[in-house]
Amino acid sequence: MSDDLHETASQTAGPYVHIGCMPNACGITGVFAEDLGAQMLQAETPGQRIAIEGVIFDGDGAPLTDAVVEIWQADEQGRYTTRSAAFSGWGRAAADAETGRWRFETIKPGAVPCPDGTVMVPHITVWIIARGINIGLHTRMYFPEDYDMQAHDPVLARVQPTGRLHTLIAEPGPDATYNFNIYLQGPKETVFFDV
Amino acid sequence: MPRDWTRQPAARAPAYRSSSMRSPEHARISMPATPTENIGPVFTRDSLGPLDHDLIVNHARPGQTAMGARLIVHGRLLDQTGRGVPGALIEVWQANASGRYRHKRDGYLAPLDPDFGGCGRVITDQNGAYMFRTIMPAPYPWPNGGNDWRPAHIHFSVFGQCFAQRLVTQMYFEGDPLIARCPIVNAVPDQDAIARLIAQPDMEATVPMDARAYRFDIVLRGRRASYFENRPEGI
Repeated sequence: MSDDLHETASQTAGPYVHIGCMPNACGITGVFAEDLGAQMLQAETPGQRIAIEGVIFDGDGAPLTDAVVEIWQADEQGRYTTRSAAFSGWGRAAADAETGRWRFETIKPGAVPCPDGTVMVPHITVWIIARGINIGLHTRMYFPEDYDMQAHDPVLARVQPTGRLHTLIAEPGPDATYNFNIYLQGPKETVFFDV
Repeated sequence: MPRDWTRQPAARAPAYRSSSMRSPEHARISMPATPTENIGPVFTRDSLGPLDHDLIVNHARPGQTAMGARLIVHGRLLDQTGRGVPGALIEVWQANASGRYRHKRDGYLAPLDPDFGGCGRVITDQNGAYMFRTIMPAPYPWPNGGNDWRPAHIHFSVFGQCFAQRLVTQMYFEGDPLIARCPIVNAVPDQDAIARLIAQPDMEATVPMDARAYRFDIVLRGRRASYFENRPEGI
């Protein structure tokens, strides 16, 4: 409709995004009581405890040490329980300033039903902002143990040809930790979505 | 509503050198918004402190205030249909009145201000309005093309009512000659879209003998009526 307003243009979060999004993590203490999204789990959060970690690599293979990563996910039953004190589904982490590694401690989400009757296999939305990224990069992480179900997932079905599908599947590690490295360019470039 | 990519920056903007190695080379894969993107995290005022929106004092020593020209920045958070977006979290960060960030990686020779941290946050009211107090940030040089200077700006991180509305942007100030020269600004391919990143002075909101005011409205993607049963609208 011509009467509609235009979405405001995105601009990069820049190299100092931590000041605004995670000030306590970058040494600005005493302003905000806590960095939002830093802790996803409560003692009473139901579900299987997992950890997700990874590194974001640029086209030169260098880790992004200045990125902020957000994740967004359903609860163990596949519901988005945004107002639940036990689990909000949203987390935010800074890449390590030396190694670029980021990490979330969370729960494994359940499969998410869609209104059209399809079911999305367990997945976690991953969103990246950093210097040099003009508009936030939106991807999804899936779980290797759900391989059989993934053939029927309505979002994964859109990744054609299927040669890049594997970039959305985390690698299992010890202690219920999943490794999800993200590649911004090159032969291993991660699939990003336009929602 | 689908994103209008003619008004958004391309991933790769050659004059902004940091984007060259950080821009995906494959096209994004298009997908409709699902329940995952039609819902989003909720933040309440309970999670914010009473001075979170006041950068003039929220990092200042007792009895002190931040150095610099005092400002009120305010506006409305709207969606593309023109409706205010209530209850949305806006986070802001900026350099100080000398153009220096309180960050260990900022080595600019301008001084830090002990009374200025540079971060703030606020939740929009029932009409989508927001307001914070701060000081005028200064332009500063940055390593890009040899002699590039950022226009004075404030960074904004905005949550809407669903994850598909998530937005990070920057606000500039009317009349700054560095705006037109900035490779980050010029990554946006549309002049009208750039113009809407520039806050306008708002004399009516000025506090006499205290602070000038700038107005900056932000528009998030619109939500259309859709099939979604327990949440009647989707992107």
